Amino acid sequence: MTDLNKSSLKEIVNLIKSKKISSLEVTKHFIKNIEKGKNLNSFITTCFEKSMNSAKEFDSKKNFDGLLSGIPIAVKDLFCTKNIKTTAGSKILENFVPTYESTVTDNLWSEGAFLLGKLNCDEFAMGSSNETSYFGNTINPVGKNLVPGGSSGGSASALAASLTPATIGTDTGGSIRQPASFTGTVGLKPTYGLCSRWGIVAFASSLDQAGPMTQNVEDCALMLEAMSGYDKKDSTSINKKKENYLKNLNQKIDGLKIGIPKEYRVENMPKEINDLWKKGIDILNKSGAKIIDISLPHTKYALPTYYIVAPAEASSNLARYDGVKFGYRSSKGNNLVEMYESTRGEGFGDEVKRRVLIGTYVLSSGYYDAYYIKAQKVRRLIKNDFDQCFKNVDAILTPSTPSSAFKIGEKTNDPISMYLNDVFTVPANLAGIPAISIPAGQDSEGHPLGIQLISKALDEQKILNIAFAMEKSIGHKQSLNRWWE
Amino acid sequence: MSIDKNQVKKVAKLSRILLEDSKLETLSKDLASILNFVEQLNKLDTNKTKPLSSVVDKTLEPRNDKVDDGKIKSQILKNSPNKNEDFFIVPKVIE
Amino acid sequence: MEKEKFDYFIKTESNIWEVVIGLEVHAQVISESKLFSGSSTKFGSKPNTQVSLVDSAFPGMLPVINQYCIEQAVKTGLGLNAKINLLSIFDRKNYFYADLPAGYQISQYKSPIVGEGAVTLDMPYGSKKIGIERLHLEQDAGKSIHDLSPDNTFVDLNRAGVALMEIVSKPDLRSPSEVNSYVKKLRTIMRYLGTCDGNMQEGSLRADVNVSVKKKGEKKFGTRCEIKNVNSIKFMEMAIDSEAKRQVELLETGKTIIQETRLFDTKKNETRSMRSKEEAHDYRYFPDPDLLPLELKQSFIDNIKNKLPELPDQKKERFIKNYKLTPYESNVLVSEFETSKYFEEVIKKADINLAKNWIIVELFAVLNKKNLDIKESPVSPQNLASLINAISSGEISGKIAKKVFEIMVETGDEPTKIIKEKGLKQQSDPKELEKIIIKVLEANSDKVLQYNSGKEKLYGFFVGEIMKASSGSANPKLVNDILKVKLKK
Repeated sequence: MTDLNKSSLKEIVNLIKSKKISSLEVTKHFIKNIEKGKNLNSFITTCFEKSMNSAKEFDSKKNFDGLLSGIPIAVKDLFCTKNIKTTAGSKILENFVPTYESTVTDNLWSEGAFLLGKLNCDEFAMGSSNETSYFGNTINPVGKNLVPGGSSGGSASALAASLTPATIGTDTGGSIRQPASFTGTVGLKPTYGLCSRWGIVAFASSLDQAGPMTQNVEDCALMLEAMSGYDKKDSTSINKKKENYLKNLNQKIDGLKIGIPKEYRVENMPKEINDLWKKGIDILNKSGAKIIDISLPHTKYALPTYYIVAPAEASSNLARYDGVKFGYRSSKGNNLVEMYESTRGEGFGDEVKRRVLIGTYVLSSGYYDAYYIKAQKVRRLIKNDFDQCFKNVDAILTPSTPSSAFKIGEKTNDPISMYLNDVFTVPANLAGIPAISIPAGQDSEGHPLGIQLISKALDEQKILNIAFAMEKSIGHKQSLNRWWE
Repeated sequence: MSIDKNQVKKVAKLSRILLEDSKLETLSKDLASILNFVEQLNKLDTNKTKPLSSVVDKTLEPRNDKVDDGKIKSQILKNSPNKNEDFFIVPKVIE
Repeated sequence: MEKEKFDYFIKTESNIWEVVIGLEVHAQVISESKLFSGSSTKFGSKPNTQVSLVDSAFPGMLPVINQYCIEQAVKTGLGLNAKINLLSIFDRKNYFYADLPAGYQISQYKSPIVGEGAVTLDMPYGSKKIGIERLHLEQDAGKSIHDLSPDNTFVDLNRAGVALMEIVSKPDLRSPSEVNSYVKKLRTIMRYLGTCDGNMQEGSLRADVNVSVKKKGEKKFGTRCEIKNVNSIKFMEMAIDSEAKRQVELLETGKTIIQETRLFDTKKNETRSMRSKEEAHDYRYFPDPDLLPLELKQSFIDNIKNKLPELPDQKKERFIKNYKLTPYESNVLVSEFETSKYFEEVIKKADINLAKNWIIVELFAVLNKKNLDIKESPVSPQNLASLINAISSGEISGKIAKKVFEIMVETGDEPTKIIKEKGLKQQSDPKELEKIIIKVLEANSDKVLQYNSGKEKLYGFFVGEIMKASSGSANPKLVNDILKVKLKK
């Protein structure tokens, strides 16, 4: 019998479609893994009974039309799921049960998948280590004392530990790619507008984008195909024909021009990261791609820009959590204002408070121009940098993160050092362009390291193809000893 | 520009977040260091740059004026921490 | 008429003060569904039944703009002779309130959909142009109900998200009566356009009133105060008057005016400060990242322009020119679209001069008394036209017509039917009249003798008796002619 722990999503889909295994058997396998993986704390909510029922229903119908026929999938707890608690990792939504389903998850279910559970994440997706979750931090299966990254840390952890065959996350400043890099998995942030934001708890609306997190590039293409698509309920959704990313996936990359931005050689970058980058360049060179040195001069301003834009939007997006319509309400307070203040004071964690306060500050009268407008201007400069470069190159290759997974608690007392984790991932969010992180090697301690490919808007197929070629050449196959079981 | 404890209190008031006094000190320090970090942008001359608020290259797509939503009172009220059959209930508003 | 007679000044012992007023009118857009969601805008439904997940700001919900609301705003802009902006932007106005579910209102701040325009007021002292600063689209809030419980406030979100147009005037208004005229004019224009029903009882039209005072002749404006959310024209006039007097009193006692938001207490007829509330406000406007800039094509605007109905000012001119009405009459007849429609229906079949008087004098009196809208008039335009025709043809006298009209008001019947049934038709057959007259004279032969011997006062007596005998239907002129001849014999 096939070892499902070693099977990719695509392989499991094929096993189900060729009737070598039933959906129920697959579901039971993952449920068993989840039960044995409780120590990782990657799940906030499980819905095993519902999953088993869905699997049984699938098996009785045997409808193999979907891309994800009979596949149980756990998703980040930022996607609203109908009749299943959705918390965004926050106390303020501890008991929130949506009456609606997010467009992206609905797309997955339309392709034959069903929900396995909801995955832990940083509170309102604000964090890079999964340590800001109200439901406790998630452990990286790579090492007991390591963070899985964030904010889609629960997703990355569950995926790396085979608690779900694939998953989806959201990426506002690196929240898919950084945890993918930290856990030796593949994560893609699509072009802004490719996946609908309808039904996803909002963090920063102009940056948020849902994307796939998978074991390999093929699975990534498959998941992206399933989850993306135009949605008239999201005014920022791009109206275009659906792509067949998996069918069009190939390794022919010779002749492609790959840009290497000098500004990504940041100060104090560990030698291992630099070596990994060089290795990536070599592989592309050998595959026939043309390496071109490029400059993205405003790169170093991306992070400060992000830490104005994202909190500003968040401060407004999170105003709806006031204890009136849904979620937590404090019992303290004798009038409306006091109720608001206690509810939000008790309901939000420290990092969310920091960002809401910063966001409120940069939008407030007297500071708006100096911070918010300034950041919007620099955002244009950053986007212009990319627009310029993509006139000459097909894709850009950079490291995904400035380090491998760090230790739990290592950065919790220093917000800035935590923020610096997103230094390579944030620019793609600000420019609204797609970027993928794939595992490319390990550091001296054997912790995975990722490499990132960035392209111009809507060129997902191109970076998937380059990633596919690189993946083959790197030959990286993560094998964890399942120490947590 | 930096931020002091009084400003933090003011911003917290504006954000409707009750801060514990014990946390005010650390929080003010954190916020000051974040602001200090983002102020790097001041090194850039952006006089001739237009602000960018959306990266989507399209204009607003309107919908038709059709009533196709609402009439879901029970769904709307379901998650509220305090409601009756018809209304959300909140503590008295003090004008 | 000379202007001085209508000037509005606050006179004190030492000074004459002039009042400067600007208005922010909030007009509810006529549309089936809300500005950013598909729930209904119907007034008076059960609480929270017209609320979608978008209106109540559930996590992950996103706004999608209503095409028709954009058209309505453009139409109104064109009706105000205003510039339509091809690019406008929706912003978030951030503040916390129980009936504002998202914690922000989607509005337009720096880039509104409509720019500068003007409306013309017809004041007794001539016409006056009032500048329009801008018109923008925004969401209405829900309703907080404070009087259902002593400790709690109840929230109904039916209105949350309904489209409003905020129409901001320049500070060109100088008196409560100009404000009265301005609001009525805006309402008339929007009703003609079908963009706002102007129903103030239902809150479809309300205004924030900016008031300042300055010494007469002074160029510089004083510090203004904003009186929030006044929901009737009468209250606007009262609020301005009381606020202006308050400001004058402060200034005359050497105090200064603080720029602030105030509330009008209709019971005490005074404004009071809302400063405590305002201090906490810093709206932190920024472009709504869930929406994109709204771009309009010139062809879209031209298309709306070409389909605009005749507006009150144009109609007024046409009535004066084509129907030879006085400006006053024309104004009265165009001030409500339905009135002008009624008038034009009547004159399709009846004499213009009689029609305008019958509408302005008789019909309006009845409608006023019965508190009816002209659309609900018991007398249809067709029936009024036949009544007027009966007068013109001599079938009935003006006096009888009033009697018939009274019956029409009560029964809604056709005048011909009433005239026939009640025998009110004027008797104009000389032979028939002669018979009646002979009868009357024979019955009063003694009085005829007295008359013939010089008691000419008795002439009136004969006429009265004849009218009585004809049940009032005798044609008075013919009676006169025949009676004179008969008496001479």
